[in-house]
Amino acid sequence: MSSSVPTTIPDFRLTPTIDQVGVEERAARFRTRSIKKEAKVAGLKLALSMIDLTTLEGQDTENKVRQLCYKARHLHDAYDGLPTVAAVCVYPSLVRVAKQALGDSGIRVASVATAFPSGQAPMPVKLDDTRFAVAEGADEVDMVISRGRFHQGEYNYVYDEIAAVKAACGEARLKVILETGELGTLDSVRRASEIAMHAGADFIKTSTGKIKPAATMPVTLVMLEAIRDFYFQTGKMVGMKPAGGISAAKPALHYLVMLKETLGNAWMNNHWFRFGASRLANDVLMQLVKQQTGRYQSSDYFSKD
Amino acid sequence: MSRIPVLKTYKIYIGGKFPRTESGRFYQPEDAKGNSLGNLCRSSRKDLRNAVVAARAAFPGWSSRPAFNRGQILYRIAEVLEGRTDQFVAELVAQGSTAKAATKEVELSVDRLVYYAGWCDKYQQVFSAVNPVASNHFNFSIYEPMGVVAIVAPEESSLVGLISTLAPALAGGNVVVLLASQSKPLCSITLAEVLQTSDVPGGVVNVLTGFDSELLPHFAGHMDINAVIYGRQGADQIEALQRGAAENVKRVSLLGDRNWLEAEAHDPYLILNTQEVKTTWHPIEKVGGSASGY
Repeated sequence: MSSSVPTTIPDFRLTPTIDQVGVEERAARFRTRSIKKEAKVAGLKLALSMIDLTTLEGQDTENKVRQLCYKARHLHDAYDGLPTVAAVCVYPSLVRVAKQALGDSGIRVASVATAFPSGQAPMPVKLDDTRFAVAEGADEVDMVISRGRFHQGEYNYVYDEIAAVKAACGEARLKVILETGELGTLDSVRRASEIAMHAGADFIKTSTGKIKPAATMPVTLVMLEAIRDFYFQTGKMVGMKPAGGISAAKPALHYLVMLKETLGNAWMNNHWFRFGASRLANDVLMQLVKQQTGRYQSSDYFSKD
Repeated sequence: MSRIPVLKTYKIYIGGKFPRTESGRFYQPEDAKGNSLGNLCRSSRKDLRNAVVAARAAFPGWSSRPAFNRGQILYRIAEVLEGRTDQFVAELVAQGSTAKAATKEVELSVDRLVYYAGWCDKYQQVFSAVNPVASNHFNFSIYEPMGVVAIVAPEESSLVGLISTLAPALAGGNVVVLLASQSKPLCSITLAEVLQTSDVPGGVVNVLTGFDSELLPHFAGHMDINAVIYGRQGADQIEALQRGAAENVKRVSLLGDRNWLEAEAHDPYLILNTQEVKTTWHPIEKVGGSASGY
């Protein structure tokens, strides 16, 4: 591409193909970095500040969400100087409850929308879903793309849908869930990432957490490289959110290493990078307390949510 | 042309798999004549951490199995161990035992497993109680497994001592992280191979080899270990263990003075060392329409 800013929508059939073996080997390298002592503590605190504490169950009640919000504000009061998580992520019908519970804590409320998690609903329903979440007070909207349409090759439909939801979001930041577990190949992940970014996504996100495999390091690496290329092409930064399947502190540090070595320091904060997780926070807390006390910790001594 | 013997590498046993120690270190215990017994993993505190994680994950499944099924599995261990008698005898001899004593020790080990296999579905009804109380309540005290039990196996009695400390904890539904004898570790890893092929789910027993001087503080301090069974001697070690264990109120059982080679060294009360007593109150009430009031 000769000009630095594309004036037209690119032909998404021409997105680059991905060398799967190369990506997997590169991703495996990030797991060999040794991070100890002060660097580890700093990394763990950074990871903690990037978590979107999530509850997305059919059985969620208002009090369950209030409890989660309390956890978001008070991760582990026995440990001084902890950051809070970045956001609490709930269904649209519970946004108002979360907003109220979080008050002036500075923790944002994210809401899934557009017929999460399947995305199998007519366009007007999806837009209404989005507008409702924003009207209830959501600061961020996590939408799902239509994977079926994507597999049928209707890239323009997927693009238009994301653009329409972005318009419906107004001020709220839009995270686009690609559901990479249903996309099949890394080529498709790359293509879907580009569609989402060109259509106006503020974040691209791997998974709903309802499908296995969810976030993996190779998939996240492909998306981070798509973000990097998009930035070089357009000068616009896009955030990244791996979600689902990251439940331990050590893999979280590996993701941060990958982020730093792929996108650099500008992305190393919770404005541009998030972990979608419900169990990760406790493991990070246990590791932090281990660093402080020298004793391996037990989940018996940490609040569940 | 003479054949070059293939020497076995003894690897540790964590979560149903045989990894090498993450530290990459090894040590070579020696027999009385100074010959090396083999290359053994010198486990680190991170191996201990991994073993505890594997054990904790295995606890719900193992403790909720029907007691009768746990008995079947303990009996299965005995069967498979009996079938590998020759190998255990050879290892005990290599570690300094006589052939006669070694054969007796293996037989005793099998018998001891069978003994505790029988207790699996009996100790609760024998030791639990219905307590008399002053109000209209049934009041029960029943035994429940504590969780993750760390066992520092006896140093000298490397097979029957190990089995005698391990089997009661397993019979009671606990999961185990076991540190094998430092100077005589061969049988412990071969026993791990027996466990892996005896229907014992991965993670229920985890076996580490290495130096107790290095690992003991972490056995004592780990917050996710619920009880420690210490099968060795040493006043200093015992004091350090008890101090460390106080942090999360681990129960420490000291069994270093027992002679496990005696035929009568088995003891159902050893099962209770890793049990907690749960007492429940159940109101006695008249159920509508029924006359009995049970």
